[in-house]
Amino acid sequence: MTDLLIRGADLIGRGRSDLLIRNGRFVDPADAGGDVEQLDADGLVALPGLVDLHTHLREPGREDAETVDSGTLAAARGGFTAVLAMANTTPVTDTAEAAEHVAALGARDGHAQVVPVGAVSKGLDGVELAELGLMSRSRAGVRMFSDDGHCVSDARLMRRALEYVRAFDGVIAQHAQDPQLAGPAACCHEGEISGKLGLPGWPGAAEASVVARDVQIAELTRSRLHICHVSCAETVDVIRWAKQRDINVTAEVAPHHLMLTTTEVLGYDPTYKVNPPLRPNEHVEAVQEALADGTIDAVATDHAPHARHDKEHAFAEAAFGMLGLETALAVVMETMINSGVLSWPELAKRMSITPAHIARLADQGRPLAEGEPANVVLVDPAARAVVDRAVSASLSRNNPWHGRELPDAVVATIWAGQVTYQKGQ
Amino acid sequence: MRHLLSAADLDRTQITEIFDLAEEMSLVQGRPVKKLPALRGRTVVNLFFEDSTRTRSSFEIAGKWLSADVINISAKGSSVSKGESLRDTVLTVAAMGVDALVIRHPASGAPWQASRWIDAHVLNAGDGTHEHPTQALLDAFTIRRHLRRSTPDLMSFDGQTVAIVGDITHSRVARSNVLLLTTLGARVILVAPPTLLPPAIDSWPVLTCTDFDEVLPHADIVMMLRVQRERMSGGYFPTPREYTMSYGLTRPRLEAMKPGAAICHPGPMNRGLEISADAADAANSLILDQVAAGVSVRMSVLFELLGGAE
Amino acid sequence: MDSRVILDADQIARACARMAHQILEANRGAENLVLMGIPTRGVALAHRLATVMDEVEGARVPVGALDVTMYRDDLRRQPTRAVGHTHLPVDVDGSTVVLIDDVLYSGRTVRAALDALGDLGRPRAVQLAVLVDRGHRELPIHADHVGKFIPTRTGEHVSVRLAEIDGIDQVSIEQSGDPVRGGT
Repeated sequence: MTDLLIRGADLIGRGRSDLLIRNGRFVDPADAGGDVEQLDADGLVALPGLVDLHTHLREPGREDAETVDSGTLAAARGGFTAVLAMANTTPVTDTAEAAEHVAALGARDGHAQVVPVGAVSKGLDGVELAELGLMSRSRAGVRMFSDDGHCVSDARLMRRALEYVRAFDGVIAQHAQDPQLAGPAACCHEGEISGKLGLPGWPGAAEASVVARDVQIAELTRSRLHICHVSCAETVDVIRWAKQRDINVTAEVAPHHLMLTTTEVLGYDPTYKVNPPLRPNEHVEAVQEALADGTIDAVATDHAPHARHDKEHAFAEAAFGMLGLETALAVVMETMINSGVLSWPELAKRMSITPAHIARLADQGRPLAEGEPANVVLVDPAARAVVDRAVSASLSRNNPWHGRELPDAVVATIWAGQVTYQKGQ
Repeated sequence: MRHLLSAADLDRTQITEIFDLAEEMSLVQGRPVKKLPALRGRTVVNLFFEDSTRTRSSFEIAGKWLSADVINISAKGSSVSKGESLRDTVLTVAAMGVDALVIRHPASGAPWQASRWIDAHVLNAGDGTHEHPTQALLDAFTIRRHLRRSTPDLMSFDGQTVAIVGDITHSRVARSNVLLLTTLGARVILVAPPTLLPPAIDSWPVLTCTDFDEVLPHADIVMMLRVQRERMSGGYFPTPREYTMSYGLTRPRLEAMKPGAAICHPGPMNRGLEISADAADAANSLILDQVAAGVSVRMSVLFELLGGAE
Repeated sequence: MDSRVILDADQIARACARMAHQILEANRGAENLVLMGIPTRGVALAHRLATVMDEVEGARVPVGALDVTMYRDDLRRQPTRAVGHTHLPVDVDGSTVVLIDDVLYSGRTVRAALDALGDLGRPRAVQLAVLVDRGHRELPIHADHVGKFIPTRTGEHVSVRLAEIDGIDQVSIEQSGDPVRGGT
């Protein structure tokens, strides 16, 4: 394999430098020999490869909507070198064998590192613990467990899970949605729009009340807790309080909650139906602030591909979820970099370094320095384009950004020294 | 007018036209030949994803009396569980060469989505808990006839107070009526327990009150909404007894009504729950008039949508 | 727009009086007679004729209105039309119905009126009385009683104004230059 020399990239905003990649790692650029592939990175920013804590790859079970192949190709286009694949597949990833199967698919077909997330409960039924230990000891090395799609609403089960994973430095990622306050039919932020549109409401209290409970349990059990897709101001307040008390809680926010508001659902277009729902502007501002000040630690896409026929139902009956991998960086740049709220190093923390740490991925989120694994994305800060949902590596098309002008930043993505995506090729 | 999806689609002039036309349509009922050729050759499909004998028959008669070809499709089985998407169902029906689709669906917004997929005219016959514009039209038409008994040329509802009482949160009739009645200039007061008022209700152009007895003496029209007993399992109110005593149009409340005030109910009624038998059959009850107005108003709406050039 | 007056108020009054007499003569009196005006001006004319008949025979001939909008053959070619009022003063079965309109042109309005009448009952006979017959029939329709025959060109428009509606009694011809008119 030939060496790859990246010339003149701005290393996470710290200044321009060359990067030389050999056998999957960075080596001293001065060591470049004659036979070397070159990549001109003049004007580009180099970031550590992005890490997504929350992706639905749909394989096994719904290969019509997405596969590990197509999903990780989308990830590479979005600048990601690692994705965590949620467990709500068919079959559910609740055994070591199922986890190893997903990991094997990743090894065979992946255009990024694929790490399976294990279910917290058997079959995601919220009743009995899944084989958390065996999953962690499997070749898949599962560290993050989540029933995402469902809330672990039984307090005792949550406690048991949090305690149990301490044995192997695991983390429980909660999809916070109190089923009594926001049942399966809830699909629109409870407020003026849900009232006028006649859609079942999903109040912020249904999320925040579960988080409030779970941080108390995490304090009690001295365990690691992670909150998926934080969507509202009330939850931000709870997490802020918990962190002040040194409770070991981390949190993620999805790109759509950083920019889109409830008004998007006014036409009943199921493209904008997502769980948790889009919220009014005051909540968008609250989660942006929280991402800026570190109350929310990471951006995670919650990439949720759906076959067209699953979305072409009446709003209340359509599937929940939006695509996110290819546009995540663009949205974060638009809301946080271009508005001057975050610097490139701060973005690198939230989209690579911290997620890698939460998921305990040893090779991801590492410095762009000699000896480190070569996971890097080259980004053009100035390029912009109008999003065309038809142009996508995903098998699905439920893209909420279609028609919007956003940064078109990713120029090249390199995973373990291999170019997994290059613009124009 | 391309579609009738929401009561908010209509301004005062259009509403008056629909009402005046409905008066003419109502004369057809008394004729030996209950037919007008106006919609001859037009095909109207009643695409009902939810059971409703009343509304569907009302639309069916309305279409047939205008000489349209009317087809009833019960799409209740074509739901998510059977795998056919709403889009597929709607497109399949429209592909048969339909001029108008009258849609009733248990999910809010379905007619809006349908109107984006097809060229035919779409008429909302009730979508989830969202709207039911023809019901609001026939309610307001009945109220106009009632008010015209004392004021023959009445054109608007300025100065009238309408109390809408009951499960507002889950009522598409309430939402459409609020929109239509306020367009016509009425003052609308919603009366319900807090659990049955929608969120952010202060953003609506209405007054609200949780005390029926406080509102009753001021109401020129008392519109009672049907309360579903199933709402009790959702814990919205403790018992039917408490609901009736607090929010039902009982005999004492019937007697406490303002002189000249009238009673409406979109039906079907739960006699003894939200409305007493005395009130349902009272002299000032417009309930049967509402039913009678249904066909005329729907004929009028169908003519407005389909009677002219495309 | 070029315009010339064909009938002034006095001439209109005389024409109405003559028609009223003719109708009574043709039907040997007012028995079983019903005057059905086609809105809008046909109704006003019908009332005028009934007034004359009352003065002559002392009999009150019932007057009604027959709106034909729903029966027009050109409904689909124009935006949705507003519908006028239909009023049947008596049962039509067995009556002699005299349809009354201001201008007879293509005959399509009368064709529609006959269809409308047919759905209301079965008259013993139907007759047609018009204030102005301007020729250019497109259907085999003929007026039994005519106030005035006015030969016209298709580019011309016959304007009938009646005091009850327009504030003045006058029939005039206007050159609109528009050869295609939705006529009666």
